[in-house]
Amino acid sequence: MGIEGLLDKGFVTTTVDKAINWARAGSVWPMTFGLACCAVEFMHAGASRYDMDRFGIVPRPSPRQSDLMIVAGTLCNKMAPALRKVYDQMAEPRWVISMGSCANGGGYYHYSYPVVRGCDRIVPIDVYVPGCPPTAEALLYGFIQLQEKIKRTNTIAR
Amino acid sequence: MIREDATALKERFGDQVLAVVAGIDCPEVTVAREAIVDVCHYLKSEQGFDQMIDLCGVDMSEHPSHGDGDARLLVVYNLLSVEHNKRIRLKVAAGERDLVDSVVEVWPTANWFEREAFDMCGIIFNNHPDLRRLLTDYGFEGYPLRKDFPLTGRVEVFFDETQWRCVYRPNKVENRVLIPKVWPGVDRG
Repeated sequence: MGIEGLLDKGFVTTTVDKAINWARAGSVWPMTFGLACCAVEFMHAGASRYDMDRFGIVPRPSPRQSDLMIVAGTLCNKMAPALRKVYDQMAEPRWVISMGSCANGGGYYHYSYPVVRGCDRIVPIDVYVPGCPPTAEALLYGFIQLQEKIKRTNTIAR
Repeated sequence: MIREDATALKERFGDQVLAVVAGIDCPEVTVAREAIVDVCHYLKSEQGFDQMIDLCGVDMSEHPSHGDGDARLLVVYNLLSVEHNKRIRLKVAAGERDLVDSVVEVWPTANWFEREAFDMCGIIFNNHPDLRRLLTDYGFEGYPLRKDFPLTGRVEVFFDETQWRCVYRPNKVENRVLIPKVWPGVDRG
């Protein structure tokens, strides 16, 4: 979808799929699930230098307003039921980004007794962002990958 | 050189003070388990140790100094006197089934410290107002800072789709010990 035809003819044709996916990909509101130092890098991505807002990514404090959950940090056994509860409270369609080594597979704490060895044991993950912690650029790249994934989905089943 | 407040402690409590050592930063006083609350009251009211900086448990079972008949666990109290700019360290030995008297009545901050020591090392404190586990998971079994606790744990948490809740399953992960190739004294061929 561009604006070339719009300027010339005054209208544009597209599919409903593309329009809905465009809307969804352009306003991914993440639930802030900051668990450890990755959350600080997530804040950097939201601050003025990297500015997630220009992609339509606005952090929300409530799972009921969110489309996306970013698991930012080490997930412990005690926190796992709470993480799943927050995920279950999110309205569909919903996506999850696993941010950092600890959330991806336990990372530094893989052999430690209280740590969940990868948050994909608790919730389904769409995008894994590697790093310890990932830089704000890496997280933004993960966001853009997720937007590409959203744009590829068929919204209306035929 | 042993500092004068430690020797005063020795004079005041006599046989209850088992050992006085000049530690690297402050005197280290080993106290009989029964006398710990009296010693703490004395140090706070008459020696001016008005702050408890830390209380922790130690599992001595694999320590080089640990003999066969020695008590397994050790409680360490780190005290600070702001007024005199002095610190002192108290040590109390405790067996696995011994009760150590709580010092919450002396310093209220000992409440959560003792809960942590109970949680991590399994030291049971007598007269504690609320001795629950503090850090580990609800329903956690075992004491993680004891030397016989497996590092990778006994259970793992998974989400079970059929029961629709988080469940515990037996741990399958073996601990892995990495030795750097340039470690002195280790021949790796």
